[in-house]
Amino acid sequence: MQAVVSVIGKDRPGIIAKTSAKLYELGINIEDISQTILQGYFTMILLADLSGCEKPLSEVASILEEHGKSFGVSIRVQHEEIFDAMHKL
Amino acid sequence: MLSNREILETLAMVDDQHLDVRTITMGISLFDCVSESAERAAGKIYDKVTRTAERLVPVAEEIAEEIGIPIVNKRVAVTPVSLIGAPCGDFVRLCRALDRAAETVGIDFIGGYTALVQKGMTPFESAFLDSVPEALASTAKVCASVNVASTRAGINMDAVARVGRLVKEMAERTRDRDGLACAKFVAFANAVEDNPFMAGAFCGTGEGDAVINVGVSGPGVVKCALEKVKGQDLTAVAETVKKTAFKITRVGQWVAKEAAERLHAQFGIVDLSLAPTPVMGDSVAHILEEMGLSSVGAHGTTACLALLNDAVKKGGVMASSHVGGLSGAFIPVSEDIGMIRACEAGFLSLDKLEAMTSVCSVGLDMIAVPGDTPAEVLSGILADEAAIGVVNNKTTAVRLIPAPGKKVGDWVEFGGLLGRAPVIAVNAADPSAFIRRGGRIPAPIHSNKN
Repeated sequence: MQAVVSVIGKDRPGIIAKTSAKLYELGINIEDISQTILQGYFTMILLADLSGCEKPLSEVASILEEHGKSFGVSIRVQHEEIFDAMHKL
Repeated sequence: MLSNREILETLAMVDDQHLDVRTITMGISLFDCVSESAERAAGKIYDKVTRTAERLVPVAEEIAEEIGIPIVNKRVAVTPVSLIGAPCGDFVRLCRALDRAAETVGIDFIGGYTALVQKGMTPFESAFLDSVPEALASTAKVCASVNVASTRAGINMDAVARVGRLVKEMAERTRDRDGLACAKFVAFANAVEDNPFMAGAFCGTGEGDAVINVGVSGPGVVKCALEKVKGQDLTAVAETVKKTAFKITRVGQWVAKEAAERLHAQFGIVDLSLAPTPVMGDSVAHILEEMGLSSVGAHGTTACLALLNDAVKKGGVMASSHVGGLSGAFIPVSEDIGMIRACEAGFLSLDKLEAMTSVCSVGLDMIAVPGDTPAEVLSGILADEAAIGVVNNKTTAVRLIPAPGKKVGDWVEFGGLLGRAPVIAVNAADPSAFIRRGGRIPAPIHSNKN
């Protein structure tokens, strides 16, 4: 299963490192990544493959949300299909 | 690959514009619970609802977490209890079984304490109607509805007269709670069998054993999209609403499909209705005001609502494989902050609300009227609303609260999703001789389509 991981917060060193380390720890592979500064906020969007992860998506989402809080960013993990449903015919 | 703009747009819809799935409603057939013993029927009903809907709440929560979009309400709708309870006759006992089942599975409301009497009324349906005030006053989560008219049958004016008296009794029995029982009761013309919204949800006799119907929402998302076409003409407005409704409905479609699969139920329909909540930024009235009205209720309101309702359907219909339910804009007064303000300021009257219901679903909804409003006046309001539905071949409904002891300008407070509303005036002229005639208003000529 693929998921969209969005990371938004005040820019500071280490956001990518801390996020990707946690994804690696959970067995999640990053397939695509883009990052920009939007209205002063660090905004990173990752496409992740969860097929190597043993935990269900809902649990992964809450683990990463808590992880993000520990260094001041919002991390959200959402099923990729919902974005496809909304934006693709 | 999705663009960042698309992903951020979705995130903003949830974070800033209150995008949510308003309800997942599981329809459950109770035909296999019929028994001549009320005790046995109540036991079977409790068992069937708790067994079939056991995983409804956890599955809905799991899906909401996976997609990062809230699913606000989890509900159950059952086969009309007036039919299921006919052999035993103890309808209130069955109502209490439903209430306990709703509590056990952790849902918000359970609908289907319902009678369909648009053409005539059997003795057991008559007894059922008598039970509604006690049933609603003595339970917390059960919602009741009555269908009094249809385009094919006309308007059952005996039922219309009965409903006026019933609503007064419901208000009186829940006097200490501003007539709360009335907020859990709705009278329909052209009621639909797959409506996921309360108070009028029931599982029609043409439905399967377990079916998932989903109601989407998102007035805030539509309003926000319209802010980007400020000053452009109304074709641009309609196109913007259509595109936005498409995206919102696709969420509902995905959720309905997933929920049906995980709950081993049939995928029923997605209801395209725009449903407001009392919080700021989630108002249908504010969409109409964004189109250029200084307040909802202004002359032009009905035209704006007609545009909105039509564009929502056109956008939504392509986004879902099965569209149904009520599918239109809701204009409940107490549940919409813009409607509340317009009533308070004197811009929105009962007459204007009635006009608005001729172009949108679903009817006069969650409107508080003075506590001394006679039953015949309530029946007159329902007869007018039923006539709009019957002649225009659409669903209309009335959910009024004659708030005990309250006068025009006072407030009723229900809290939560039911919100609060100012008491507004009804016409003082007397329709009681018309209501007392009884009988049936014949079906309109255009109902004969065969």
